[in-house]
Amino acid sequence: MGDAEIKASYWRLVEIGRIVLVHGGPSDGKLATIVEIIDHKRALIDGPSTSTKTAVPRQSIALAQLILTPLVLAQLPRGSRTGVVKAQWEKAGIEAKWQESAWAKKRTQKEKRRALTDFERFKVMRLRKQARFEVRKSMAKVKTAAAK
Amino acid sequence: MGRLTEYQVIGRHLPSEATPAPKLYRMRIFAPNTVVAKSRFWYFLMKLRKVKKANGEIVSLNVIHEKRPMKVKNFGIWIRYDSRSGTHNMYKEYREMSRTDAVEALYQDMAARHRSRFRSIHILKVVELEKTEDVKRPYIKQLLTKDLKFPLPHRVSKVSGTKIFAPKRPSTFY
Repeated sequence: MGDAEIKASYWRLVEIGRIVLVHGGPSDGKLATIVEIIDHKRALIDGPSTSTKTAVPRQSIALAQLILTPLVLAQLPRGSRTGVVKAQWEKAGIEAKWQESAWAKKRTQKEKRRALTDFERFKVMRLRKQARFEVRKSMAKVKTAAAK
Repeated sequence: MGRLTEYQVIGRHLPSEATPAPKLYRMRIFAPNTVVAKSRFWYFLMKLRKVKKANGEIVSLNVIHEKRPMKVKNFGIWIRYDSRSGTHNMYKEYREMSRTDAVEALYQDMAARHRSRFRSIHILKVVELEKTEDVKRPYIKQLLTKDLKFPLPHRVSKVSGTKIFAPKRPSTFY
């Protein structure tokens, strides 16, 4: 028998301090953190963002309405109140980290694209064509150089 | 705002010449509205004392609000319930944010497990279990383990399934 190598899974866990993205409902698309696990289907979340636009009120929410992100507040005590959560949130720089992530960028891009007018969509198409043309030109150049 | 509200109902027998100041009776009742709360008060009081709605009066009725609705608590609930074949006493535990949430969960749970209705359940006592040692039931105990964490290994997104045809199978891995 060969030695089986057992590795921990890379699953994102439902745990205290896990940063989650709310999916659906009044706080759709906003960030919050799990403060306490109520049961296997619900958690208490709190999103103490500085701006009122992105803040999520403290509430019990079904895990089906949450998407787990890779970010975690590791030091968060269980059932901590909004003040503590806010301090840790700012200390960890959660919002900046989130804005840097490819996931957040893709989301903002999608939102922006969705709000475009017909003419703006046309402009996007033209610009994408131009970019593509430049890429292919340089690619062809490299290919001919390699063939020689 | 949930389905049920907790009310404090105080009532008494109508004063007579023999007893000008009859004894007051106070109950904490979980009901969807004040009408049901008063009705339940008379229902329980008739079982306990020789007072009925026709010869009694409600002195006061007010709502009891949760003191800390933003805190997760464990509740123990004692109930008496009429099944199809007899009457049983039960003790159940719930992990919720408020007393009313716990009682709502109890009614749903009893309806699911025993097909029992609101009319066949008497709530005897609702107690917040402050110490972990006081929790008796394994289904609540398992939620109180230290550093509880678990994955969500199988997720079906709501977006997939909205359209009739899809080019790809939905991914449930997460």
